[in-house]
Amino acid sequence: MTQVDTAKLKASNRRVGRRLGGTAAIFIVLSVLGAFMVLPIYLTVIMSVKPVEELFVFPPKMYVIRPTLDNFREMFESVRQNRVPFSRYVFNSIAVTVSVTVLQCVFSSMAAFVLAKCRFPGSRFINHVIVIALLYQSNVIYIMQYMVMSRLHLIDNPLALILPSVASPMGLFLMRQSISQMPDSMIEAAKVDGAGLFRICWQIVIPNQKPALMTLIIFAFQAAWNIQAGSLVFQEQYKTLPTVVAQAASSGMARAGVAMAAAVFMLIPPMIVFILAQRYVIETMAHSGIKE
Amino acid sequence: MAGKKASRAGKLWADIKRNKGCYLMLAPFMIFFTVFTIVPVVMSLPIGFTDFDMAKPPKYVGLSNYTTLFLSDRVFIRSIRVTIVFAFLTGPVSYFLCFMLAWLINELHPKLKTFFTLIFYAPSMANVYTVWQLIFSGDINGYLNSFLLDLGLINAPVQWLTDGRYILGVTIVVQLWISLGAGFLALRAGFQNIDRTLYEAGAVEGIRTRWQELIYIVIPSMGPQLMFAAVMQIVSSFTAGTVAQNLVGFPSTDYKAHTVMTHAYDYGWVRFEMGYAAAICTILFAAMYLCNRLIGRVMKKYMD
Repeated sequence: MTQVDTAKLKASNRRVGRRLGGTAAIFIVLSVLGAFMVLPIYLTVIMSVKPVEELFVFPPKMYVIRPTLDNFREMFESVRQNRVPFSRYVFNSIAVTVSVTVLQCVFSSMAAFVLAKCRFPGSRFINHVIVIALLYQSNVIYIMQYMVMSRLHLIDNPLALILPSVASPMGLFLMRQSISQMPDSMIEAAKVDGAGLFRICWQIVIPNQKPALMTLIIFAFQAAWNIQAGSLVFQEQYKTLPTVVAQAASSGMARAGVAMAAAVFMLIPPMIVFILAQRYVIETMAHSGIKE
Repeated sequence: MAGKKASRAGKLWADIKRNKGCYLMLAPFMIFFTVFTIVPVVMSLPIGFTDFDMAKPPKYVGLSNYTTLFLSDRVFIRSIRVTIVFAFLTGPVSYFLCFMLAWLINELHPKLKTFFTLIFYAPSMANVYTVWQLIFSGDINGYLNSFLLDLGLINAPVQWLTDGRYILGVTIVVQLWISLGAGFLALRAGFQNIDRTLYEAGAVEGIRTRWQELIYIVIPSMGPQLMFAAVMQIVSSFTAGTVAQNLVGFPSTDYKAHTVMTHAYDYGWVRFEMGYAAAICTILFAAMYLCNRLIGRVMKKYMD
C-alpha cells in the first residue's frame, strides 16, 4: 500500500508540461514573497524572547543576543494575580473551542449537503439568505445579538460564548460550494441502494469532502480559540484565555515584549491545528486518484 | 379559483412532507442561525429609521438618518471615498494574489505545499498590530525608518502612522498582508479537490503547459471556490476598519483612513447613536450586495 502511495506521489509531480526550471522559478518567487510575509511574525517571535534592555536599543536589531523567557513569565505572573488559577482559563478555552468547532462542522456539513444537493420548498430562498447574512456585516448586529441573548437569559452564562458561533454562514457557504461539485450520480446510486439522507451525508458525501472539511476545521478552530468574554460573561471563572492574555498585554508600548509573548502564545494552538489539517488535505489529494 | 389555490397549497404541503428528511438535516443549523443571526439582522434594519440610544426605546424618525448622512455628514462622504479607494485597491489585488499563490503552491512537492500554505496564511492567524506599530514607528527606533536611514534614502524619520500622506498607504499594505485568509485557504482546498483524471484527459487532448492546464482545466472546475473567495474578498475589503483603528489610531489624522465601517463604529460604540449606525450599515450592505450580484453575474457568464 505505502509503495503504491509513494509511486502516486511521485507521478503527481511529473505531470504534463512540467519543466524543472519552471518549478524552480516558482519556488524562488514563493520564497521571496514568503520571506516578506513571515518577516513581521519573525520579528514578533524575536521580540517575545528579547530581554527589556534589548527591546529598545538603537538601531533596532533583527536578532536577539541573550534570549530570555522573561516576557512569557511576566505574562503568566500578571494572569496569576486574578483569583482564578491559570488552568481554569485553559480549561474554559478548550471547552469553548472544542464544542464550537465540533458543532459547527456537524451542523454546517449536514445543512450544506441538503442545500447543495436537494431541491425542496424553500431551498433556493435559504441559499440566498446565507449569502445575504455573509454580506450583512455590522456592529449594530452585536447590539441586537446582545439583546436577544439577554432575553434568553444567556448573559453571564458560559453558553453565551458557544451558542452564537455554532451556526456560521461562512462555514455553511464553504461546504455548500464544495459539495455542489460532487457528481450527482454518486448520491443517486446511494439513494437507489436505499440509504437515507443522514447516511448518505456522513458515509458518502463528507468522506469525499476532506479538503473543504479540514479547511472548515481550521477556520472554526481559529475563530473559536479567539472568542473573548467581552460583555457577555462577567464572572472570572468563565473567562477564556484570549480575554486574560489581552489584559496582561494591554499596557502600552512599555510592555511590547509581553504583548509579543501573548501573541506568540496564542498563535501556537491554531498553528498546530493548521499544520495537522493541511497535511491531511494534501494527503487526500495523493489518494484521490485511487478513489472510484 | 379557491379550489385551485387549495390544491396548490396541498401540493406544497405534500412536497414539504416528502422532503422532511431535508428539513431535519437543516434544522440544527437553522435554529441557531435564526436566533443569533437572522433575528439580529432583521431587528437592526428598522433601527435605521429610528433615533435609538439604547437607554430609551427607539423613536421613529423616518428617513432623517439617511438624509443627514448624505446631505450634511461631511465625514461620512469622506469615509465613502476612503472605502472606495481602499476596496478597489485591496479587493482585486488580494483576490488575484490569493488565486495565483494558491496555484503556484499547488505546483510544488506535497511537503512544500504545507510549508508555503502555512507561511502565507500565518498572518491571518496572528495578532500582530503591535509589531506593525513598531515597524512603522515614527521615531528613529522604528524598523522601517532605521532601515531607510541606513540606506540613506531618507534624512529624517518619517511619521508613517500620523502623517496624512502615508496613513492610507500603510493601512493598505498591512491589510494586503493579512488578506490571504479564508479565500486563499478555500482556493487551496479547491485545487486539492480537482479530479486527477481531468488532468490525464487533458494531457491526452493535447494540453502541453501549466498555463494551458490552468486556463482549460483548473479555472473551469473551480467555479464554486472562486465564488466563495470573491464573496469573502468583498466582505473583507468593504468592511475593513479594524486594521486602521489598530494601526493609525481612531480617529486617524484628518480622517485619512476613516472607512464607512469605522464611521459606523464611531456612532454605534462611541456615541451610542444606534439608529444612525444602523443606517450606515444598511447603506454598506446595499453596496456589498450590488457588488456581489455584479461579480456573480460576470462569473456565471465566464463559467458557462
